[in-house]
Amino acid sequence: MRFNEKELVCLSRQPSEMAAELGMRGPKKGDVVKRRLVKLVVNFLFYFRIDEEEPIGALLLEQCRVEREDSQTFSIAFLDEAERKYLFECDSEEQCKEWTDSIIKASYEFMRRNLIFYRTEIHRLTGKDPLEQYGISDETRFQVNSGSQLMARDTSSL
Amino acid sequence: MKLNERSVAHYATCDSPPDKTGFLFKKGERNTAYHRRWFVLKGNMLFYFEERDSREPIGVIVLEGCTVELCESVEEFAFAIKFDCAKARVYKLAAENQAAMESWVKALSRASFDYMRLVVKELERQLEEIQDAAGAGGQQARPNSRENGVAWSKPPSATANGSAEAAPSCVTWDGCTDAGTVSGCAGDGGRAPPVPPRRLGASLESPVSPDTACFSKLHDWYGREVEELRVQWLQSQ
Repeated sequence: MRFNEKELVCLSRQPSEMAAELGMRGPKKGDVVKRRLVKLVVNFLFYFRIDEEEPIGALLLEQCRVEREDSQTFSIAFLDEAERKYLFECDSEEQCKEWTDSIIKASYEFMRRNLIFYRTEIHRLTGKDPLEQYGISDETRFQVNSGSQLMARDTSSL
Repeated sequence: MKLNERSVAHYATCDSPPDKTGFLFKKGERNTAYHRRWFVLKGNMLFYFEERDSREPIGVIVLEGCTVELCESVEEFAFAIKFDCAKARVYKLAAENQAAMESWVKALSRASFDYMRLVVKELERQLEEIQDAAGAGGQQARPNSRENGVAWSKPPSATANGSAEAAPSCVTWDGCTDAGTVSGCAGDGGRAPPVPPRRLGASLESPVSPDTACFSKLHDWYGREVEELRVQWLQSQ
């Protein structure tokens, strides 16, 4: 599958509050723990060899599950291959918690659910749709009932 | 650079609802012909398939940080996705009619994670204001973090961050995607701590975006960009 690698590498250079050297182990059998610079930017987790400018790889953090493996270790697994886990070793329990919290929130779908929640709640409390004043009430991405949308339908004119 | 391609492709076709789908013509990289492809927009990812019923995407354009512009082209209803990055490729696309073009331009312009994050923050702020006005105290409504397709291997502990303040239903979540935020609720009547300023040195202060202290202003800016494109297009007719 093609992807715009240059732009993704460029994205990896954006400032991020969550960047640290962690022990990282890939999901394949035989993969060992290696020290990597791990950096969270929007919904991507980039990982670099220490002191290298370009990331070795990126993980899109959608449809994934983050789990605490033990007090200082967490894992990321993707829902389509749940047994394959990427493991991350932190230096402290606190750091581990910070990372797991952040990664869970670093998903577009997570944010969308929050938005729908807030929108519904504000509407319930005030009778008003908070998005109306910005003229974005009808945008598909903010819809409460978008679960009924069919994939194949051509929504190009929406 | 590696990418978890299989999982990314899975995201394209899984049952999470897409933000937009439709046929567009895409200009090839070397071969300058336009090919008709089926496009699926999900979040900040624009996937393209050979056919509407293809099982897997041919490719994906990560849209974060992009701008969308109308472009001069032999092809009608054409627009381009551009990036502010050295040697970035320009993706040229064309819709089948004016309505589709406008609709796609609008959708793609607002597809970034950053934009979604701003809207969420704004609504979170509004909700807090409403709840404060209604009187603090009592549990505040929080979304159920389990519904996000993410599960904890152990049930979440109520004592977040090792602090002594136990928050009843406050599961390590406070709706804010800034990693620097202290998560969990404060002990004083359930009010969440104030949201810290946006990430330091963030690109929101970049030349392409105005000061974001005021959401209204930022939102207008996004809207203006789309309006300008619309005017441009109308003038070119």
